[in-house]
Amino acid sequence: MIAPSTQFKQDAIRITGDDQRLNLIHTGMKKYEASRGVRQSAFKDWQSARQTAAEIKWDAINHLDTHLVEFADKLEANGAKVHWASNAQQARDIIMGIVRDKGARSIVKSKVMTGEEIHLNQALEKEGYDVVESDLGEYIVQLRHEEPYHFVFPAMHLARGEISDLFERELGSAPTDNPEELTMIARRAIREKYITADIGISGANFGVAETGMISITENEGNARLTCAMPNVHISLMGIEKVLPKLRDLAIFLPMLATAGSGQALTGYNSMYRGPRAEGESDGPEEFHVVLLDNRRTELLADPEQRDALHCIRCGACLNVCPIYRNIGGHAYGTTYQGPIGSVITPHLRGLQDWKHLSGASSLCGACTQTCPVKINLHEHLLQNRRNASSEKPVWWEKIAFKLAGFAMNRPALFQLGLKVAHLAQPLHGLVKGSVLDPARAWTKTRELPEVAGESFRDYWKKRS
Amino acid sequence: MSERENILQRVREALRDPAPIPGSHHGESTGFPVSEAEAAPTISQWLPEVSESEAERFELFEKNSMDLRTDFRLLDSEEEVLEQLAGLAKTENWQKVAIHEGALTDRFRDKLNLPLLVTDGGYEATDLEQCDVGITECDALVAQTGSVLVTARSAGGRALSVLPPHHVVLVRRDQLLPDMPAAFTLLEQRYAPNYPSFISFITGPSRTGDIERILVLGAHGPKKLTVFCW
Amino acid sequence: MKVTLFIPCFIDACFPRAGISMVEILEQLGHSIDYPEELTCCGQPAFNSGCWAEARDVAERVVDRLVDADAVVVASGSCGAMLHNFYPELFAGTEREQAAKTLASKTSEFSDFLVSKLGVTNLGARFPAKVTFHDGCHGLRELGIKDQPRALLAEVEGLELVEMEDAETCCGFGGTFAAKFPMISTAMGDRKCGNAGDTEAEFIVSNDSSCLMHIQGLLDRQGQSLKTIHLAEILASR
Repeated sequence: MIAPSTQFKQDAIRITGDDQRLNLIHTGMKKYEASRGVRQSAFKDWQSARQTAAEIKWDAINHLDTHLVEFADKLEANGAKVHWASNAQQARDIIMGIVRDKGARSIVKSKVMTGEEIHLNQALEKEGYDVVESDLGEYIVQLRHEEPYHFVFPAMHLARGEISDLFERELGSAPTDNPEELTMIARRAIREKYITADIGISGANFGVAETGMISITENEGNARLTCAMPNVHISLMGIEKVLPKLRDLAIFLPMLATAGSGQALTGYNSMYRGPRAEGESDGPEEFHVVLLDNRRTELLADPEQRDALHCIRCGACLNVCPIYRNIGGHAYGTTYQGPIGSVITPHLRGLQDWKHLSGASSLCGACTQTCPVKINLHEHLLQNRRNASSEKPVWWEKIAFKLAGFAMNRPALFQLGLKVAHLAQPLHGLVKGSVLDPARAWTKTRELPEVAGESFRDYWKKRS
Repeated sequence: MSERENILQRVREALRDPAPIPGSHHGESTGFPVSEAEAAPTISQWLPEVSESEAERFELFEKNSMDLRTDFRLLDSEEEVLEQLAGLAKTENWQKVAIHEGALTDRFRDKLNLPLLVTDGGYEATDLEQCDVGITECDALVAQTGSVLVTARSAGGRALSVLPPHHVVLVRRDQLLPDMPAAFTLLEQRYAPNYPSFISFITGPSRTGDIERILVLGAHGPKKLTVFCW
Repeated sequence: MKVTLFIPCFIDACFPRAGISMVEILEQLGHSIDYPEELTCCGQPAFNSGCWAEARDVAERVVDRLVDADAVVVASGSCGAMLHNFYPELFAGTEREQAAKTLASKTSEFSDFLVSKLGVTNLGARFPAKVTFHDGCHGLRELGIKDQPRALLAEVEGLELVEMEDAETCCGFGGTFAAKFPMISTAMGDRKCGNAGDTEAEFIVSNDSSCLMHIQGLLDRQGQSLKTIHLAEILASR
């Protein structure tokens, strides 16, 4: 198997040369930027709202044990069944167990990023179950047998023509370049699934410890239908999603909408606390909540980066990230793309295999600036680099910096180096940009700056 | 040991070393994390502006409705509501109406002179799917966001307000709340600790931007949301 | 005031005019300059590559030499951020922890020093040209420098500032990133050059020579006439 870092570089080269794809991403992100700007400036004090949200999350995560216990106990008191999964295999086994137990055939899913994380669809499909993604973007990438391109906008890399071709091929629909018609084709295709599905699987944006509820944010209504129609509702959520109080949502729901998609509030924000209750007209007979660790506790154990678990998966850091905008989502090769993915993936899937994502950043800090819960994203990238280097040093890098340090600490030597470089520079033209060029990584696309004949130090010496 | 205990054990071990309070990035910390109790009254001060005046709150709800493509109709009397409801039934050629029992819905139910599906006490999903409209009450309107707050108890269950292609809300003027914190206070006062199994803030008709970030209404839920308020 | 000027390695070697301009401006304002000749690098390349021990080898000398200065002015936003924000992290838990914090508190980037510390915006400069300003990320987000250079440019006689689209978006330099991921770095830089070109400005101005080195390298390779120039050079122009 090709190493993730090699794959990443190959994909990055391919995508940075694909103008059509990049323009699609760029246009989409520009639209986001505009509406986000309007919504954020409508806040009387966005910075204080951020600080409060960050502090509520700090409390939630730093007392996670207490909140989790309350959350689970309340849910069970409400008639839900709570399951605990330490890893992906356990989570799949639990869900598969419920599905088998119910003799289910057909499953409808609303967007579940934790499901992507544990490769739930593949597991269910392997067992012969009919699984359909109901979120439009997820449905499109499912038909294409692809991973989501962006954990909030799963199909943002596709032009309408490509989607029309896909629907024509998979659903036999007539070609159209009208986004509304395309949406209606999907609406018709999925509608009967809600009614016939035996099981609905959802994720959760938040858990509420105080009342034992999950909260789901969506625009399309597919999650509401998924949680209303089938007889069994399973929600798969990461253990870090729990908030202490119900009223905390009063700040998190508007902030998630603003940062995530530039809306004042997302179309539907729904809270579920159990199966159909007495006196209610509908709802599932069973409600299962599967709590997933899957190495989140390893990230929790790192106080320096623990705040990465504050993430509400709004996707804002991807949207503003110049790296994401230039390489797109698939190049990351991760469930969670963009800066937050680059920060947490090394913790969830191994530092040495995924450290390249932390290296692939100019550390511009746009992610940290935009994050609604103030995660120190770009500094965590630096910390991942440091941790990777001290765990397993890259010998040539170490030597290079040792030598550079040696020279830098001896100004006379540094100056001598500059003189040599100045004299040798004309010779560089002979190999510039070729495989023999030691500076090829730079000179393939850029000219090198000229080393000045008279350095600043020369000027200073002359003066005094 | 159960998996629950395993995970909780790992969580407790992981939390042994304290983490810095957020915002301490380069010394800009406020020093203490606010408790939710302290935060609650202040949250309103940071969220988008809502006027003290009732008239302006209705204007805000109306403006938000326009942005969201919600058809908001602020009317003066029950008669006017009935008239306009009947008008909608006619122009949209409703064949069957889904509705629930309630203080407000009961006043209109039989005056529509249309076949009804009443969801209270259960229904067949395929029947509801064939209805042209779902008419519900709600717990409140939220001026700040243009939202309609519903619960399984106030709005006839989970599906009535999302499965039919048109969702019509009947609501009284005194149900308008200023902002999100007020909505959660209402939920707490009305239901705690025995909350309904389903609560939802409905903000506009169903929508998607998944194709080239272009807005399309009626992705899976209602294509139309009409709010009659009097 | 005695101003201690920290001239980073690449300004010393490749862009001495930027440093010389700063000396001229500060002296014109009546300040005396202390230039620590024994310092060349702040240690950022090693720090950003995760080699914190190697970074400390270089940074220790900087801390020791500058900690007692009255005011430290750094000729680049990026190195300024290193001294101001990252030294306290780099030296956390070491014997220089307190010294690093002390140094941070007296360190400013050049334009910030002029505007925020000295309260000066008009330097009597004249530079008749249309320019656009590129906000270096470290200056912008780590040090909060956005209005200061614009306030200075607004007073330059004959100068017209046209803002480019995405002025706050990274140019793609990012230190060792530019060499480790040249394809991404170049794609980012191409966008920056395109946005700057769209303003029809003659110069891209910045307070960070490292960004300009990358941008100028791209422009030269593409044979464009657009030029880059450090803010200080404009402010010293007559």
